Amino acid sequence: MSKSSRFARMKDLPSAHLLGAGTAMCAGCGGLEAVKEVYDVLGKKTVFVNAAGCMTLSAVYPFTPFQGSWLYTAMASAPAGAQGVRDALDILKAKGRISDDQDLDVVVLTGDGSAYGMGLSATSGAIERNLNFLYLCYDNEGYGNTGQQTSGATPLGARTSTDTLGFMGNKKDLFAIWAAHDPAYVATVIGSEPLDLARKVETAASLQGPRLILALSPCPTGWDYDPKDTVEIGKLAVKTGIWPLKEYINGRVTHTRIPHPRVPVEEYLKRQGRFKHLFEPVRDDFTIADIQARVDAYWAEVEDGEG
Amino acid sequence: MTRLLLTGNAAAAWGARLAGAEYFPVFPITPQTEIIETLGRWIDRGEMGGRMVTLDSEHSMITAAGAGAAAGVRTFTATSSQGLLYGMEMLYTVAGWRVPLVMVNVSRGLSAPITLEPDHNDILAARDSGCLILHAATCQETVDAVLLATRIAEDPRVRLPVVVNLDGFYLSFTREPVTLPDATLVSRFLSDMDPNEYAFRADKPVSEAVAVLGGGPYSYFRYETHLASLAGGTVFDEATQDYAEVFGREYGALQTHKSDNADVVFVQMGSFATKAQDAVDRLRDRGVKAGLVRPFLIRPWPGEALRQALKNIKAVVVIDQNISMGMGGVLHSEVASVLYGHANMPPILMSAIGGLGGRDIVFNEYAALAEEALQAVESGETPPPRLLYTATELREIRKLQAIAAVEELQHEEDEP
Repeated sequence: MSKSSRFARMKDLPSAHLLGAGTAMCAGCGGLEAVKEVYDVLGKKTVFVNAAGCMTLSAVYPFTPFQGSWLYTAMASAPAGAQGVRDALDILKAKGRISDDQDLDVVVLTGDGSAYGMGLSATSGAIERNLNFLYLCYDNEGYGNTGQQTSGATPLGARTSTDTLGFMGNKKDLFAIWAAHDPAYVATVIGSEPLDLARKVETAASLQGPRLILALSPCPTGWDYDPKDTVEIGKLAVKTGIWPLKEYINGRVTHTRIPHPRVPVEEYLKRQGRFKHLFEPVRDDFTIADIQARVDAYWAEVEDGEG
Repeated sequence: MTRLLLTGNAAAAWGARLAGAEYFPVFPITPQTEIIETLGRWIDRGEMGGRMVTLDSEHSMITAAGAGAAAGVRTFTATSSQGLLYGMEMLYTVAGWRVPLVMVNVSRGLSAPITLEPDHNDILAARDSGCLILHAATCQETVDAVLLATRIAEDPRVRLPVVVNLDGFYLSFTREPVTLPDATLVSRFLSDMDPNEYAFRADKPVSEAVAVLGGGPYSYFRYETHLASLAGGTVFDEATQDYAEVFGREYGALQTHKSDNADVVFVQMGSFATKAQDAVDRLRDRGVKAGLVRPFLIRPWPGEALRQALKNIKAVVVIDQNISMGMGGVLHSEVASVLYGHANMPPILMSAIGGLGGRDIVFNEYAALAEEALQAVESGETPPPRLLYTATELREIRKLQAIAAVEELQHEEDEP
């Protein structure tokens, strides 16, 4: 994270907001919260290249909350759309057919369904070609737009509409998959930590090449909790250590927040209906302990590595 | 005037080069790969400008091509068969974006079973996508079609992707003498894209391809695309007229051969139609008044031109190098749909399927079909559809099946 961030304190965050109100997102949408905060930092000289997901319904003819440009592609190929726009703008600039100040920053905007699954091949290709783009993933840990089916981002134990007894696999590590490509920048963020988010987006915007901003996005409808709790659940995701805030730059991973002491994962789990079956009618100590053990093991490794 | 011996693939690459395409999102697939390799070599040697980028799939390739074209850069790409189907979602999508890219499809039979040689099920799967389709039968037509496609795609009345189709192996790898259009004359036929007409500029924010809710707006935009495709027919006529004036070669939506005063007319598309042309000449030598109508423009479908060409013809045999399972030949039903209900249309409209996966269609088959169709004129009843296959071919496949059976038996005996 850049030491000379223009975001030293909360009051340095943008006070005028760029994203328009009245979108079709659900009340308390953690994804929209992150997109709004990211957009304030990136600004409107951007083109958002979107894949099928919840945010696709943010721009419905003839309305859009974005003051800049937008291109909806399909579920699997938003990074390839970004490639086409980036290449075309570069060609037009090189030939003098548009001036440099007409240029736009290209931002891919997808949910976890595309980012962790169907769009992974296109994403990997864009990173290996060193495409100059920013990828913003709002990760609500399931195919949210279709009613929260299990996706590649669904965590252990979470109930989804296709795993009604709780998902038995593990959440895929998209941060590590990106980092393995050695791109310019990878960061995890969450809307409930806006200062950390703004600094990371600022860093990402200052760099060239492939950059990922991966935002855990608490989802009242998919995770089954009261919309007013989005910020609190987001904060608990960080305090329990379930969602580590970190960044990858120049080959190194740095944690930007090390929760200490860590709140037990139970405090995060029991606030959400998707984990209710771990507590009622009978408490599933085994799975709760398994989730806690995985979080503990993660942070033990972090302390070994960075301590 | 440059005359070269070129493969169909090289002719396609020359078309893109002469058209001044400058963005090439690509992905390799047999039998198309030579097109992108040729363009890549020219770019690397500095013989032409442009940016080539190899994507992770045809799905990504068509997405990037559509996005590049949406931003106002002349974009060319190529694919084949499985690749076209893999990218099919995006082919429909970029047509809906109303962007003017040009794509060459080199036809190859579809899996399963996986194969390499041509038929037209791949390109006909793109029939309803919104893309305009030209189908070349020769290497000369291929280079000319890419230039025509570029002009038609970018016309503001159309603004749709245009697919130029050519047959794998029979045309893609066959060398024919080609007269290259004079590069200094191209600007008389094609004007530069106006960057102000396209999307994604900082001072002109735009939302492209946004969602619509409800059937009203959806139908509006779908109808608009259909009408733009139909307008492509008029634009095709203008473009081919200008092309003839500048380069001296004439094209119609239908290429005909001795069909005017014929008793029996074959309708067939692609390079195999040159076999039909040869058969027509040989049948004429025998006193059979045969003719050929070969659609060059597949979308928009030249219905009026077909009615004019087939008016008062006694018998028509549509030879489909494709098969719609459970229905039959696609071209046959397309022809029938524009003839039925109009005055003086052919009473006999026969269907034959042949040339699947590159299977040859020989003169005797054309002769037998012509004879059967003409006999049907007497009875007034159209014969059932014919699936072309010879006794020799059946014997050959029985031999292969016998080998497969022996292998299976041996495998069972080897099991412990």
